[in-house]
Amino acid sequence: MHGRLKVKTSEEQAEAKRLEREQKLKLYQSATQTVFQKRQAGELDESVLELTSQILGANPDFATLWNCRREVLQRLEAQKSPEELAALVKTELGFLESCLRVNPKSYGTWHHRCWLLGRLPEPNWARELELCARFLEVDERNFHCWDYRRFVAAQAAVPPAEELAFTDSLITRNFSNYSSWHYRSCLLPQLHPQPDSGPQGRLPEDVLLKELELVQNAFFTDPNDQSAWFYHRWLLGRADPQDALRCLHVSRDEACLTVSFSRPVLVGPRTETLLLMVDESPLAVEWRTPDGRNWPGHVWLCDLPATSLNDQLPHHTFRVIWTAGDAQKECVLLKGHQEGWCRDSATDEQLFRCELSVEKSTVLQSELESCKELQELEPENKWCLLTIILLMRALDPLLYEKETLQYFQTLKAVDPMRAAYLDDLRSKFLLENSLLKMEYAEVRVLHLGHKDLTVLCHLEQLLLVTHLDLSHNRLRALPPALAALRCLEVLQANDNAIESLDGVTNLPRLQELSLCNNRLQQRMVLQPLASCPRLVLLNLQGNPLCQAVGTSEYLAELLPLVNSILV
Amino acid sequence: MADNLPSEFDVIVIGTGLPESIIAAACSRSGQRVLHVDSRSYYGGNWASFSFSGILSWLKEYQENSDIVNEGPAWQEQILENEEAIALSRKDKTIQHVEVFCYASQDLHEEVEEAGALQKNHASVISENPTEAVHSAYLPSEDESLCIASCEMLTEQTPSSDLETALEISNVKVTGETEKHDDKTCMKSASEEETSKNVPTTEGTALQPKKTRITYSQIIKEGRRFNIDLVSKLLYSRGLLIDLLIKSNVSRYAEFKNITRILAFREGRVEQVPCSRADVFNSKQLTMVEKRMLMKFLTFCMEYEKHPDEYKAYEEITFSEYLKTQKLTPNLQYFVLHSIAMTSETASNTIDGLKATKNFLHCLGRYGNTPFLFPLYGQGELPQCFCRMCAVFGGIYCLRHSVQCLVVDKESRKCKAIIDQFGQRIISKHFLVEDSYFSENTCSHVQYRQISRSVLITDRSVLKTDSDQQISILTVPGEEPGTFAVRVIELCSSTMTCMKGTYLVHLTCTSSKTAREDLEPVVQKLFTPYTETETENEEVEKPRLLWALYFNMRDSSDVSRNSYNDLPSNVYVCSGPDSGLGNDNAVKQAETLFQLICPNEDFCPPPPNPEDIITDGDSLQSEASEASVILEANSETPKESASLGNPEEASQ
Repeated sequence: MHGRLKVKTSEEQAEAKRLEREQKLKLYQSATQTVFQKRQAGELDESVLELTSQILGANPDFATLWNCRREVLQRLEAQKSPEELAALVKTELGFLESCLRVNPKSYGTWHHRCWLLGRLPEPNWARELELCARFLEVDERNFHCWDYRRFVAAQAAVPPAEELAFTDSLITRNFSNYSSWHYRSCLLPQLHPQPDSGPQGRLPEDVLLKELELVQNAFFTDPNDQSAWFYHRWLLGRADPQDALRCLHVSRDEACLTVSFSRPVLVGPRTETLLLMVDESPLAVEWRTPDGRNWPGHVWLCDLPATSLNDQLPHHTFRVIWTAGDAQKECVLLKGHQEGWCRDSATDEQLFRCELSVEKSTVLQSELESCKELQELEPENKWCLLTIILLMRALDPLLYEKETLQYFQTLKAVDPMRAAYLDDLRSKFLLENSLLKMEYAEVRVLHLGHKDLTVLCHLEQLLLVTHLDLSHNRLRALPPALAALRCLEVLQANDNAIESLDGVTNLPRLQELSLCNNRLQQRMVLQPLASCPRLVLLNLQGNPLCQAVGTSEYLAELLPLVNSILV
Repeated sequence: MADNLPSEFDVIVIGTGLPESIIAAACSRSGQRVLHVDSRSYYGGNWASFSFSGILSWLKEYQENSDIVNEGPAWQEQILENEEAIALSRKDKTIQHVEVFCYASQDLHEEVEEAGALQKNHASVISENPTEAVHSAYLPSEDESLCIASCEMLTEQTPSSDLETALEISNVKVTGETEKHDDKTCMKSASEEETSKNVPTTEGTALQPKKTRITYSQIIKEGRRFNIDLVSKLLYSRGLLIDLLIKSNVSRYAEFKNITRILAFREGRVEQVPCSRADVFNSKQLTMVEKRMLMKFLTFCMEYEKHPDEYKAYEEITFSEYLKTQKLTPNLQYFVLHSIAMTSETASNTIDGLKATKNFLHCLGRYGNTPFLFPLYGQGELPQCFCRMCAVFGGIYCLRHSVQCLVVDKESRKCKAIIDQFGQRIISKHFLVEDSYFSENTCSHVQYRQISRSVLITDRSVLKTDSDQQISILTVPGEEPGTFAVRVIELCSSTMTCMKGTYLVHLTCTSSKTAREDLEPVVQKLFTPYTETETENEEVEKPRLLWALYFNMRDSSDVSRNSYNDLPSNVYVCSGPDSGLGNDNAVKQAETLFQLICPNEDFCPPPPNPEDIITDGDSLQSEASEASVILEANSETPKESASLGNPEEASQ
């Protein structure tokens, strides 16, 4: 046809492209080789800069070459005049920028820029901030650039208010931006320092309310966006609880002192130091964990010498000092008493409200109301449901118990992928509630039967419990942490799916253990029972291992002191 | 010039509107020899954009209503026995009811140009003086008593040379009464500049903080900053035109800006419509629950087809009724109906409304937070871009070149040639003619619709924000049943369509009466005529009109080919602009017609990379010689290709 352009066929084009690529590869390889040769020979001059810039310009992720460049620049620093150096730095900055345009997420390039800026006598931070703003405009979620921005802001001592305004502008453009929200969580405590709040800090109420409104705007606009929900949780959350000794227990019978900590610790000569003062004089003791493994744990115990427990004095005082945690606790063993203890009450300290903890319950209440409003519009939104549950727990775990359980049911239905996580969370909440109820009743008996529990937690809080009923749940194990229950006498765990008994170990007072209708198969799992000196009654009926030949004989041999074993 | 044109082409395109230009580009790109002519002196036909002086001379043409019948050599003699002729029209009848109003204070432009900027400042600063009232006397809307009062004041206070001034004023007042809205009034009022100069302006500096007023002379002086579109449209970010511009690589010839906001006019107030996710998040006017409702509904609309149970029951009712059944507050219903679906209470059913909403949302976010783009320097750029592509591939351009008739072979009933204004007969295989070129004989059975248009120059935006560079679209629903919604597009100076400190506002609706009758009510709601007396209560003010133009444009978009009398099968008709917001109609039409001319050819494929074009002589000899013919053809028309560059100059 007339005037039709002659165009290369696709094969010709492909061939031309292939040749071009081959050419490029040759250049790339020869340049790389030359650079390595020169580096080996110690010829670190400007020609290396030139060669590496050719390669890095095309592929900024070649970390070794950035190292070469740093070596060259360091050497040149000593040789050049200030004017020449300034020119060198200027080209280097320009080159870095062009590399960032090739790959805005190149670790090597951003790192090199940090390095370079850090070496300059008078770095132009304003320019760097502007560079960050430009790159974040292209991709507001480029976390490399966010990192660099935080570096620049720290170096240039940019006022937090300005940086906060910057996050404002980015959130305005697109609120699905973890980096922006996260940066806010760093800036706000700096802007509004609260003297008596922990390292993470709480915010003054007016600021908090403003932030809550902002984040509510986000999750009402798009309730499926997680970034806003996480920020919401941060806003309502509180710092880690202060280090503390939760409970101290002395038993005359076992000649033993037990300590429970607010967080898992490893007590030992080179780690946490724990001082024991008996009647105001220090006593050197060996600390160990109840299960004997001496791993970091909540509960540690030591044997006491008979002198510390004798009946000559009307009472003995035991004081434990945790130096690193800056905490101590004291308890008294009275004459004629078998045991003495001192503990923090879960009810007083609101130990279980640490998920969310704004002091002002009015704020929490209004948050709960708006979440419920959102839930009505979005009955299947999992973030909203979970937040409602957390808010209810923070407000009043016992009052909202029933409602919380209903929300759990809905949540499990809409988010079956996380069913197991939700079951565990629910178990934890139920256990906490039962514990609270037990403390209100001032008893040492804990009923956890028929609660559909899947996991046991907070066992370190049960140091003083004597009777524990875990029957009719979905437990699959009695975990090692159960060994913390130093006072436990009767343990019922019938009708579960228990396969292992690691936690039933070294329980000094355990007399009765009932494990009917579980999934105990191997005889081996019964081994730990041998370490419970007072066990007299063991019920294993309805377990697979009962069918096996020789089980009774095995048990008789393993547990010679147990009077009655039901198989 | 006539002698220079080759006598044979494959395709002759008459008219340089958007569809014609696209077809010309597509044909040329496919290797057809294309001749593209337009009897006007500018590109684009009714799709053109004009500088301020350009629009004034365009107006003159229509207001004078003169027949520009410069009879060329008689063509009748050239028609052979076995031929017939279809005479083409020489007069454009597509524009009617042109009315112009000038509200800005007017002064002689010559004088301003001489006096320079300082002088202008004085003229605006003296508003505290009695002459300020005189300014208002020229305004068509000003009532008479005020006029008289001001005249009295003037005679009292100006001690010397007052006689002459007073005389002039009464003079003007009389003309103002008799031919209120006439262009001549504008010219007369030049005298006011003289009067103001007579007044001492010593305390002028004290009043400096006032916003400098824009005068008519400034508009004239900065006239080249304006690019006034005859047809007001936007590009949907995922519309056919954008796709075509990208596919064909024509996009490189133009620049675009995103519309920055969607506005609504409700209960007498202009407000911003939150339509994107970011808008909804940032909106201060919506409650939390409304935010959720709106987002939920819009998310549903994005893929409404997947949830038939949600709308199937409502298919028979109107979209507005359907919205009432949804969980939406009344103001959300309003936003969705008028500003997002851009339909009316009665116009569309549920499915149409959902479709329109989906289309709107689908276009969001491709280039920004609204679904629309506007071409810098005006809509008139777009036909020119395609013309340029046509020329690059060898198309020949002739502006100011009219065609007297089409020559039809009696036997085959096919058109075989045209006879141009110089009497040259040019043979071709295909003929594309824009509707307005047909004579009344051809169009006697055609029923046209009309579009009502208004163009305003104003001094501020209808909705003030931090930034004065906003590009907005606002839909004002028709008040009574049977009247049409008015589409308002407000352009800021960074769109390169108006001078700094002004806004160019386009109003468009389907006509029910004349343009002014249709649009003036909306103009009055949104704007107030420019007067200098109102400077005190700055706060509550609407934007002020500096200049306004009304006209009706013929809408030939809906005309079926069969309504034209006796068209040979190789004569294709292109329509003028339609009243819709997007350009999909033009592109669809162009593609359909292109497929008729070049069946099985790709429509505007991307041009090859320069390095892939084989230029050396390793191809066949014959083809090479053909190529050289094309090159010659190109070099033969240096004047024409220069005129392709023209619009660029104009737009600078």
